[in-house]
Amino acid sequence: MSHPVAPAPAPAARTRDRHRLLEKVVLLGPGLLFTAVFVAVPVLLVLSYTVFDRGRFGGVVYEFGLDNFTRAFEPTYRKVLVSSIWIAGLTTLIALVLGYPVAYAIAKLPDRWRNVCLVLVVVPFWTNFLIRTYAWIMLLNTQGIVNDALVGVGVVDEPLTLLYTRGAVVTGLVYAYLPLMILPIYASVARLDVELREASANLGATRFATFVRVTLPLSLPGVVTGCIFVFVPSLGNFVVPELLGGGKSVMVGNLIRDQFLKARDWPFGATLALCMVVFLIALFAIQSLVSRRYAVEGDR
Amino acid sequence: MSGRAQASGSRRLGWLWLPLLLCFSFLYVPIVALVVMSFNSGKSALNFSGLSLRWYPELFRDGDLGEALLNSLLVAVGCTLVSTVLGTMLAVGLVRHTRSTALDSLVMAPAILPDLMMAIGLLSFFAAVGVSLGLATVALAHAAFGTAFVVAVVRARLVQLDRSLEEASQDLGAGWFTTFTRITLPSIAPAVAAGSLLAFTLSIDEFVIAFFTNGPTSPTLPIEIYSRVRFGVTPEINALATILLAVSAIAVVVVAVAVGRTEDGDD
Repeated sequence: MSHPVAPAPAPAARTRDRHRLLEKVVLLGPGLLFTAVFVAVPVLLVLSYTVFDRGRFGGVVYEFGLDNFTRAFEPTYRKVLVSSIWIAGLTTLIALVLGYPVAYAIAKLPDRWRNVCLVLVVVPFWTNFLIRTYAWIMLLNTQGIVNDALVGVGVVDEPLTLLYTRGAVVTGLVYAYLPLMILPIYASVARLDVELREASANLGATRFATFVRVTLPLSLPGVVTGCIFVFVPSLGNFVVPELLGGGKSVMVGNLIRDQFLKARDWPFGATLALCMVVFLIALFAIQSLVSRRYAVEGDR
Repeated sequence: MSGRAQASGSRRLGWLWLPLLLCFSFLYVPIVALVVMSFNSGKSALNFSGLSLRWYPELFRDGDLGEALLNSLLVAVGCTLVSTVLGTMLAVGLVRHTRSTALDSLVMAPAILPDLMMAIGLLSFFAAVGVSLGLATVALAHAAFGTAFVVAVVRARLVQLDRSLEEASQDLGAGWFTTFTRITLPSIAPAVAAGSLLAFTLSIDEFVIAFFTNGPTSPTLPIEIYSRVRFGVTPEINALATILLAVSAIAVVVVAVAVGRTEDGDD
């Protein structure tokens, strides 16, 4: 922040300016230093690793090269990247299809019930993530409750293999992040003017037309935010794929974890992480475009 | 406002009760199953063979779990102290003293970055600096994102605040420090408390970053749970899960009621 040069300020004003500067430094200094050291430096360090090589016994050899990037796009790893995006995308889609009607319904409830429902949506989310995933190990087991129910009702004769499949991974991820889809959509639907919908109905639109032409477009920012909130943690997740997917459907999160903690090839792990983050940044760019566009239209 | 909400609420839900019902069954069937199985008398977490409370005392005799819980509490307290002090100062500084979006993004970055990215970054950083990993490194790593959340909560309160009190205090001759401690801080105190509670909760629950920045000898509770869950299902974990569930459910309800009450008070 640069102060414009004022022509010979009064002494009192100068002291006040000096005090403000001191206040600014005291308030911002420690926090910014902390964030620089524990956020900016670590992230930059990982980014720098992408162009270096691993040492023979782990560690990093500081010789410049782009081998990591060519390796990340070899078929083996490309397949993992693509399948992670696919799993995270499918998770997001299912969460959206499940979550939108729920958010819409909650927004239409009377105040008292609305708050009860919101608390009910939030409680599982504040429960430990590992515990929630563990619950699905229990449910999807061959001797678990889901199989008992299916066999009991007579849908299948033999228990199905549900655990350690791609479907189990998607189920676990949807379960973990569904509240993150419901809450932003709820927020944008609840903010909608009732008058807009009433106007649409008064002008002869059917309820379906009102939904498609008025409610849905105006809730789009919430939808996009919800999708990002679900997609981002799903893509980098390594716990759910490991616990519910067995070793079979490895996602990029598992790969990064293994490069850092098992193979000790930090430069390659860093490169995979960079690929993931670049993809996410592209998504954020789309999100900000959408929200800006609809914010402008909403103001008109 | 409430009149309009009432009007929209009184309209019939129609078929919309169906997704609500489906969603809440999806969210709560696993949780109910977890709780029911914790009262199983058998050794299996899959077949219910009778009611029993035997796994709960078992839990309290489990020294490793107790130690892990203590470790988690230590980390969370450390994280909360650092995040609350730095986050509150940052929030005031950012709102009152700068319009820089670059500083803003730097401060909020840890809340947006994938946790795995933070985790490998901090592991690399601690390794490069040569710090040995342990509870202290976990607490610092947690404070890195805890600070961002405290900033977010406190700042939301600060921008609503009427500045005339602070200006009056300074016009009456109080220095900036006195103004800060006597006027600004008391008026944002509820937000500071909420922010520190958030930092504490996030830290207690955090797994990924702790997994990367912790040493081998002192696991936090989520790390201990992870290593047990990997080896299959036991009623003991169900009992632990039930207790954790109860704690977070009570916390959420208390916060919801408290928030509801302050909102009523404002009207």
